[in-house]
Amino acid sequence: MWFLFINLEHPPVWSDNELKAIQSLSLAELKPPPPDPTNLVANSAQAARFGHKLFFDEQLSITGTIACASCHIPTQNFRDLLPKAIAIGEAERRTPSITGGAYSPWQYWDGRKDSQWSQALAPLERPLEHGGNRTFYARYVLDKYKDEYELIFGLGPDLSDIDRFPVHAGPLENLDWNSAWQKMTLQDRDSINRIFVNIGKAIAAYERLILPEPTRFDEYAEALLSGEEITDYSYDEVEGLRLFIGRANCIDCHNGPLLTNNEFHNTGILSSGGEIPDKGRVQGIRELLAEPFNCFSKYSDAPDSCTELSFVRTGPELIGAFKTPSLRTLKPPFMHKGQLATLKDVLKHYNEAPASMIGHNEAKPLNLTLHELTQLERFLMTLETSQASESKWLKAP
Amino acid sequence: MQIIRALFFTLIIISQGNLAKETLNVNYSSNIEPIAINVMHEWILTIESADGYPVTNADVAVEGGMPEHNHGLPTQPKVTKNLGNGRYLLQGVRFHMSGFWEMKVTIRVEGYEHVVIFPLEL
Repeated sequence: MWFLFINLEHPPVWSDNELKAIQSLSLAELKPPPPDPTNLVANSAQAARFGHKLFFDEQLSITGTIACASCHIPTQNFRDLLPKAIAIGEAERRTPSITGGAYSPWQYWDGRKDSQWSQALAPLERPLEHGGNRTFYARYVLDKYKDEYELIFGLGPDLSDIDRFPVHAGPLENLDWNSAWQKMTLQDRDSINRIFVNIGKAIAAYERLILPEPTRFDEYAEALLSGEEITDYSYDEVEGLRLFIGRANCIDCHNGPLLTNNEFHNTGILSSGGEIPDKGRVQGIRELLAEPFNCFSKYSDAPDSCTELSFVRTGPELIGAFKTPSLRTLKPPFMHKGQLATLKDVLKHYNEAPASMIGHNEAKPLNLTLHELTQLERFLMTLETSQASESKWLKAP
Repeated sequence: MQIIRALFFTLIIISQGNLAKETLNVNYSSNIEPIAINVMHEWILTIESADGYPVTNADVAVEGGMPEHNHGLPTQPKVTKNLGNGRYLLQGVRFHMSGFWEMKVTIRVEGYEHVVIFPLEL
């Protein structure tokens, strides 16, 4: 038996294809985020500083208690540890991390938003999240942040006439607010929408700066690819990585330096307890195309350059499909509604690849041994990091 | 005049149904090389008759997928421009996985349908 143990002391042998795959996952390969022409202030430092304040501002909610940072907790890699987000009430799905979100053409688990600014607006109006309405937010921001707002976006309208601009008005479910919104002129609604959209664009300028930090895997990849001596990566972690890029097929979807293809897959995840199965991407596309703040809309700064939205595709395989999450924000519980509590549960699920409740499970059973699943788990844990981005962006301003 | 005659000749062949039995020559070139995953890009499709004449009035549709995974492309590519001389601009191409892909090009011309499948290993 002794020769087996000696063998483990030797550096692992990687094929050229395996080395290429490891390199493709390394954070060193990550390019700067793609431009967002739909948001003219996306790369503005002033807008990012303003967005930073808005992101942490609990007054940006009807109760005065909920900020973006309440669920997207900076020290938890901009997510929380709950199966479903809890703000004013409990939301339908898990809080996705915003780390590296600037790289994704689609936001949310079902991709019903196609920009970070458009995404940032939705929770503000949802009753279970921030619970407010458009005139409320426009009024608050123009009042509290007047100078910063106007420095970036120009002079805001005078909202002092409450007959024209009611204290509470917005186009969504609340009947009183909706009725007040319907009584406003189209021009006044547009003025409010502009301010509302600018709030989202400032928040997005901040969110674009939230990027992942290197992990133990990246240190290993860097050392391996530059031929340095490697001491801090165990045999099981190495073999787990080999499975990840090989027989376990994880790299099919969890590809690139963010370990996600930002696309949608049905992998046979059971619905959350007591719920009918979630339709996922097929419903997300319907909502995206009807979305008043999508790339084609008049509130987009580049409605003629919507390459992703112009070629968006739906199809039966997107029934029950959800966005591949980045594994750089790996934290339990897992999946879009936190259905799987531990990494072991996740690996067991993919190893068995059960039939989907709706649609078709793309994944096939892996038939890995328990030992191999443990190796995969060990490797995945080398992707863990609680930090994202520069520390100055992690604290309340 | 040479070109016009050539086109006329091609169209006559199509209208007689000979092209339906023939193999069209279809090629593609991508504006990124090598083709990388997760990058939106464009192709130019070039369509010729078997004897080398450009097919200029085709109606071209493209779909793609991974037969081993039983799923399609993440996008719906479309021919957005007939560039003339048998060349067609295909926009909205993006692959989201490495592995074996098939791109199926359906060419309808003068009432006949031709299907070309490009295998791709990414």
